[in-house]
Amino acid sequence: MGKLIMTADDSASVRQMVAFTLKQNGYDVIESVDGRNALTKLAAQKVDMLITDLNMPNLDGIGLIKGVRSGSLNKFIPIIMLTTESQDALKSEAKAAGATGWIVKPFKPEQLIAVIRKVLAR
Amino acid sequence: MVDQHIATYREEAGELLAELESSLLDLEESPDNSDLINRVFRVMHTIKGSGAMFGFDEIAAFTHEVETVFDLVRNGKMAVTKQLLDLTLKSRDHITALLSAGHGEVNRHEGDDIVAGLRQLVPQAETTMQKMDEPTAKVPPKVDSADAEQKTWRIRFRPNRELLLNGNNPVLLLNELRALGTCHVVAQFDNVPRLDTMVGEHCYLYWDIILTSSLGEEAIRDVFIFVEDDCEIKIELVDSSSLATDDQSYKKLGEILVERGDLLPVEVQKILNQQKRFGEMLVDQGVVTPEKVQSALIEQQHVKTVRQERAAPAPDAAASIRVPAERLDQLVNLVGEMVTVQAHLTQAANSLRDPTFINISEEVERLTNELRDTTLTIRMLPIGSTFSKFKRLVRDLSQELGKDIEMETFGADTELDKTVIEKMNDPLVHIIRNSIDHGIEMPEVRTAAGKPSIGKVQLGAEHFGDSVLITIRDDGAGLDRDAIRAKAVDNGLIAANAELSDSEIFAQIFTPGFSMAAKVTNVSGRGVGMDVVKRGIEGLRGSIAIDSLKGKGTTITLKIPLTLAIIESLLVKIGDSHFVLPLASVEECVELSRADVEAAHGRNLVKVRGNLTPYISLRELFDIGGSPPDIEQIVIVSVHGQSIGFVVDFVVGEHQTVIKPLGRFYQDVQGISGATIMGDGSVALILDLSVLAQTAELAEHNQL
Repeated sequence: MGKLIMTADDSASVRQMVAFTLKQNGYDVIESVDGRNALTKLAAQKVDMLITDLNMPNLDGIGLIKGVRSGSLNKFIPIIMLTTESQDALKSEAKAAGATGWIVKPFKPEQLIAVIRKVLAR
Repeated sequence: MVDQHIATYREEAGELLAELESSLLDLEESPDNSDLINRVFRVMHTIKGSGAMFGFDEIAAFTHEVETVFDLVRNGKMAVTKQLLDLTLKSRDHITALLSAGHGEVNRHEGDDIVAGLRQLVPQAETTMQKMDEPTAKVPPKVDSADAEQKTWRIRFRPNRELLLNGNNPVLLLNELRALGTCHVVAQFDNVPRLDTMVGEHCYLYWDIILTSSLGEEAIRDVFIFVEDDCEIKIELVDSSSLATDDQSYKKLGEILVERGDLLPVEVQKILNQQKRFGEMLVDQGVVTPEKVQSALIEQQHVKTVRQERAAPAPDAAASIRVPAERLDQLVNLVGEMVTVQAHLTQAANSLRDPTFINISEEVERLTNELRDTTLTIRMLPIGSTFSKFKRLVRDLSQELGKDIEMETFGADTELDKTVIEKMNDPLVHIIRNSIDHGIEMPEVRTAAGKPSIGKVQLGAEHFGDSVLITIRDDGAGLDRDAIRAKAVDNGLIAANAELSDSEIFAQIFTPGFSMAAKVTNVSGRGVGMDVVKRGIEGLRGSIAIDSLKGKGTTITLKIPLTLAIIESLLVKIGDSHFVLPLASVEECVELSRADVEAAHGRNLVKVRGNLTPYISLRELFDIGGSPPDIEQIVIVSVHGQSIGFVVDFVVGEHQTVIKPLGRFYQDVQGISGATIMGDGSVALILDLSVLAQTAELAEHNQL
C-alpha cells in the first residue's frame, strides 16, 4: 500500500526533514547520501519514486538521473530534483537527463507533498 | 520535530565548515585543483540550501554571495587568489558566528564588509543580478467562493512523445485538471501509428480538454509546470461568466473546428453545400477525424450547459418543492404499469402490421421510456448525506476506543434510489464499525508496525454500469486468513483439508454466528454481524466482496443496483411459464442438447469455453410438467464470481421488468425475489439467483 520513495541528498538535515515529511504522509523511505550510494541501491531495489539533490559528492544528481534512466529496474519512475533558485542552467540539464519535475529550496513540507502527488499515482 | 531538524542542521553545518576550512587551506597550496574548488562550492551550496530550509535566512543570503563567486571560479571565469581565500576564510568565521549566535548578536558590518570585498573581486561583466524568486509548484489554491468568475477554457495538451520516459504520467495531469472544475476530456488518436511501427514507450495520444473553473489561466499552467517546456500546451478562453451575453447557445461546430486550427474555412463552405449533418459529413470526407469532431461537439455542449446554468435563476426557495415520498412511490408504480401496458401495445401493433398503428406505438414507447427514466431519477438522492452521518460515527467510535482515525470519502454526489440509500444504512454502519473496531489498530501498534499512527477509513461510491459500487477501505490489520480458516474448521463450516481460495475463506465471516472478536466490546463481537449485512445487501439485489491483505488493510466492496423499481432482465420460458433473470448477472446463453446430457453421465455439468460449469434444471427444480424440447437452453449467470447455469426451454429476450413484490403468503418462498406483469397480462416470476445457486449446492452436498 505505502509507496516506496528513495531520497538522495548529502545534507543530513534536508534528508531528515524530507524523510520525516514523507513518512508522516504514509510513504516508505529509503535514504541515500550521494548519487553513487543511491545508484547502487537502485540497481537491486524497485522503488516508486526518486527525490534527489543536484549537488552531491561522488556522483551528482544529473549523473544519478542518467544512471537511473539508462538502467532497467527503475527506468520509468518519476524523479523529482531539489534545486535552488540560482540553478536554472543545471535544472535544464537535469530535465534533459530525464528528471520529471523539481522543487525549489527552500520549500515547505506541504509543497513537497503537493509535488509528489503531482507525479506519483496514488 | 522542527527543533530536531534545526539541531541536525547546526551539527551538519559545523562539520561542513570544518571541511571548508581544510579545503581552503589546501587550496592555498594548489590553487588550480578543481576538485578542491568544487568541494568549496558544494559546501557553500549545501549550507545555503539547507540553511534556507530551516529558517537561517541570514546565513542563506550571506552564503549565496560566496557561492556565486565560487561558481565563477568553478567555471574558470575567475582565478583563486590569496585575496579570495582570505575573504572566504573570513566568511567561514562569519557563518560560524551566525550559526551559533542568536539574532542581533552578530556584527553585521563584518558580513557587509566581506560581501563588498567579494563583489569587488568579481570581473565587471559577471555582475548581473540574480533573480531570487522563481515559481515552484504551488499547493493549488482552494476554490473559495461560488460567485468567483467562472471561465471556460479550451486546452489542447499535446505531449512530447518521450513524456513517459521522463517519468511523467499524463493521466495524473488530466486528473489534476479535473480537480479544478467541470471538465471534459477527449483523447485524440490520429497520431497513433500502425502497430508494427509503434514504439511501446512513446506517448502518441493527445488530449482536448474543456474546463470550466473559477481559477485563472495561471492555475491551469501550474498543472503543466513540469512539462510545459517540451509539450505543446494551448490554453484559450472560450467563455466567461463576466461576458455580458444573454445568448445561451454557443458557436457552431464548424466555427469551433476552424478556431482550433483543425479545419480550414474553405472546407466548411464546401461541406455545408452538401446539406447533411455537418459533423458526419466532415468525417465522411476525411477532413477531420471523428475524435476531433467529438471534441468540438463536447466543447459546444459544455459551454451551452455552463451558459444555461448561468442564465437559470439562482436556486431559490421555488426551485425545489417537497413532496411526500408516498406520492413519488405511487408515481413510480403508475409508470411501472404504463411500461407494462406499453409492452402490450407494442406487441399488439406488431402483430396487426398496420404502419400507422406501429408508428403510434413506437412514439408511445419512446415517451414511456423517457417518462420512466425521468420518474426514476426523481427518487434519486446523492449518497453524500449518509456519508456525513458516518463521519460522525467514526469520530465518536474512535474516541471511545482511543484510536486515531481519519475518514475520507469520495463520490458523495453519486445518486442512488432513495429506498436503496435508506436500506444501505444499517449494513454500512456495521461494516464501518467492524473496520474501526477490528480493522484499525491502536496508535502505538500502528507506529510499531511502521504505519502512520492515524488510521484511515475510506468510504466511497462510484457508478459501475447500472450499479453503484460502494467501497469501504481501511488501512488496518487486515483479515487473518489462517485464523478465519481455523475458526471455520472449528465451527464445522469447512473441512480441515478443503482447498479454498482467499475469497472463499474470507466469505466465511458472512456465516451466521461467526465472530473473530476475542472479547465482546461495546462496538462489536457478538457474532451477529456480517451475515446480517450480507442478507441486507442481497435484499437490495446487491452483492458483497472482501479483499484483504494481512497487516495492510481490508477493502469491502458492495455492488448495489441503481434502482429497485425497474430492472433490465432476460425473459425465459419453461413450458407455459415465463421467468425473469436480472440481466446484470447473465453472462451468456448456450445450447444444451440431449447428447450433452448423456455425455455428462448423469452429472449436471456442461463444458462452456473449456470450463466445466454446473447447471440446474429449472424445470426439475420447480417441478413443471410436460417434456422439455430436444435442445434446451442454458443461461449462464455469475453468482458471487462463480458461473452457474440455469436450464430453460427458450430464451425469449431482453425485458424491462417492473418489479412487483409478492403477496404476503408467498413472501418467504425461496428462490423467487418478486414478480412482474407481462405485456399480455400474465405473470412472470423473478428468480433470486444467489438463493437458487445455494439451494442447488446444498442439494448436491446431500446427494454425495
